[in-house]
Amino acid sequence: MNKSVYASPDQVSETKRHILTVLVDNEPGVLARVIGMFSGRGYNIDSLNVAEVSNDENISRITIVTHGTSEVVSQIEKQLLRIVPVHSVTNLNREDSSVEAEVALVYIYISENNKKKVYELCDFYRARKIENDNNTTIFEIAGASERVNRFIKEINEITKVEIVRSGPVAISSIHKNEEE
Amino acid sequence: MNNEITGAEIVLKSLAEQGVEVVFGYPGGAVLPIYDTLFKQNSIKHVLVRQEGGAIHAAEGYARSTGKTGVVLVTSGPGATNVVTGLTDAMMDSVPIVCITGQVPSHLIGSDAFQECDTTGITRPCTKHNYLVKDVNKLSSVFHEAFTIAQNGRPGPVLIDIPKDVQFAKGTYEEKNKIIIPSHRLFEPSPDFEKNKIEEAVELISKAKKPIFYIGGGCINSGPKASKLVREFINIVGSPVTMTLMGLGVVGSSDKNSLGMLGMHGMYEANMAMHECDVMINIGARFDDRVTGRLDAFSPNSKKIHIDIDESNINKTINVDVPIIGDVKQVVEKMISVWKEKKYKIDDVFLKSWWDKINKWKEIDCLNYNNEGKQIKPQYAVQRLYELTKNTKTFVTTEVGQHQMWAAQFYKFEEPNRWLTSGGLGTMGYGFPAAIGAQVGNPDALVVDIAGDASILMNIQEMSTAIQYRLPVKIFILNNEYMGMVRQWQELLHGGRYSESYTDSLPDFVKLAESYKAVGLRAKTTDDLDEVINQMIETKNTVIADIWVTKEENCFPMIQSGSAHNEMMLSKDQKQDKKSAEKGKILV
Repeated sequence: MNKSVYASPDQVSETKRHILTVLVDNEPGVLARVIGMFSGRGYNIDSLNVAEVSNDENISRITIVTHGTSEVVSQIEKQLLRIVPVHSVTNLNREDSSVEAEVALVYIYISENNKKKVYELCDFYRARKIENDNNTTIFEIAGASERVNRFIKEINEITKVEIVRSGPVAISSIHKNEEE
Repeated sequence: MNNEITGAEIVLKSLAEQGVEVVFGYPGGAVLPIYDTLFKQNSIKHVLVRQEGGAIHAAEGYARSTGKTGVVLVTSGPGATNVVTGLTDAMMDSVPIVCITGQVPSHLIGSDAFQECDTTGITRPCTKHNYLVKDVNKLSSVFHEAFTIAQNGRPGPVLIDIPKDVQFAKGTYEEKNKIIIPSHRLFEPSPDFEKNKIEEAVELISKAKKPIFYIGGGCINSGPKASKLVREFINIVGSPVTMTLMGLGVVGSSDKNSLGMLGMHGMYEANMAMHECDVMINIGARFDDRVTGRLDAFSPNSKKIHIDIDESNINKTINVDVPIIGDVKQVVEKMISVWKEKKYKIDDVFLKSWWDKINKWKEIDCLNYNNEGKQIKPQYAVQRLYELTKNTKTFVTTEVGQHQMWAAQFYKFEEPNRWLTSGGLGTMGYGFPAAIGAQVGNPDALVVDIAGDASILMNIQEMSTAIQYRLPVKIFILNNEYMGMVRQWQELLHGGRYSESYTDSLPDFVKLAESYKAVGLRAKTTDDLDEVINQMIETKNTVIADIWVTKEENCFPMIQSGSAHNEMMLSKDQKQDKKSAEKGKILV
């Protein structure tokens, strides 16, 4: 709905975050086809993740976090399926259960007066120290996006940080071999 | 390895195996090896156009008039960028095209080499699929897959970009039947596809009191048999039917059930029937905005059945009750058998009162126009053209604008594949090269491009092509010295300020034709018209007929932007209410 120039006012469903996983042939240009469809048709990408998942068959999995009404998201799914190298599109919001995780690397400026608090917080969130310099430390935290958000919010209250996040990847938690 | 051949030879061999008879193209540096191979063979004919944009529209015209795949061959850089409009056009109107572009040698890609452009990057959103082939051994499998993808499911354009070194390199050719295309790359309905949905749909139709069939170009793409089945089904149901611009000809104009075209410049009775129906059966149409008008007032009280091969068309702009994904031919065949098996029948009383209502709407006579005086009305010109060509096998192409709508309204199509027009993209300059393509595919038929004075100038260079190949295409220009549709919108929505819509300094079309060694004719008044048309038909040469028509005629009836089906404007005295006019102005 509402993608026409003659916008329909009767859309009712609310905007929600959706995680889509897209299995694609790992061929040149396939990522551009997928993200080009989003930009060309005016859809949103909140985060994007792509990596090869099966070496022998040359298949990659693209995980896209988007938001929109269920009508818009179902249109996104159908548009994705039109792309020739796309094998399948799974909307994990429609699956009974799924798990998601992302990784963030957090570059933390540490001084004597916040050191204790920082370490306590990292400890609490089980953030792993992966590099240590004189007054800066890089921590790695993995988990659901909400957990990473909370960590970042709290550490921000203590000290200055720089962050890089992978965006989530997700999988249906009832393992299905038949899905391609 | 004795059986190795060059990439260019693989290209030609693939085309030959795919049954390609003709290629529309224009040579250049990056496709010279292919042109060299083309020179050495006789099985595939090449039609040299005068600008690459002409090549792809010609291929579209060829494809749509013959049901085959159109093939285009152009060079890198500007050759490729010039076909972008045509690719988009073919994408929007679902025309099967395979477009071959040359590319700079592999080792130069990315270096901003002469005539280099990122062809696959540029054409990604305007093709169904595209390829950059860097390995000569993959060339034949890419070609065979490309032809399959272009024709499979909802047809569309596929582009193959081939670097020059790959055209020279030697590799092995693989035959079509040795190529296995993974199923996810194609549309393949399961054997008993949508069985329950079909039964549900047929039952819904049987219970309708006010049914209407809404037929689109998908029926034409599904092949001539699909049109036959659609006619048969409509006949046994006894329901009225309306067609989109792309669907004209699926049901004959003279068919008693036909209400003609619907939409922005469609028939009053068709739009009213769409508005008031209780069951709508959309077969191969996509609820385009030219058809629906204002969405929140679109056919408010109907249950909607939507048959489409492309799932993304389902619920895209209009929510439907019974979606059926599949090929028209197969789905309608099943619908007919379910209907017969269950001995369904629509209640005669309801059906009769529905037809009575429709016949009342017909009495409005929405295409009525004032035909007084000696000046030729554009509508009258099309009517005469129809009357004088209706007993000949005729293909009609158009450019885009008022003349296109008058052609759709006043030329009566009895068969599919005879009407070629740019619907989705609305490409001015489409009609003439498309007519060239249609004439190449149907050498014995009469092919007429109904054109406007502005549109025809967009690809007028193709006169050379028509003359070179002795193609007796007829260009029938409704000359009002305006970009008529632009002028009409300016009159209705922009206070009559005709900003840049007057086509000043037009050529003398008769002399223009003569300068190409074609025949130029002119009709200035109604007295000349029939004679000019007859002379045009009888001339065994390319003809430009310059028909001088009244300058400020508007195309009616019209659903103005932002209005609904039941708010049609029948003449310019009838004003749209101010609020919806303001809202409509921002739309296209």
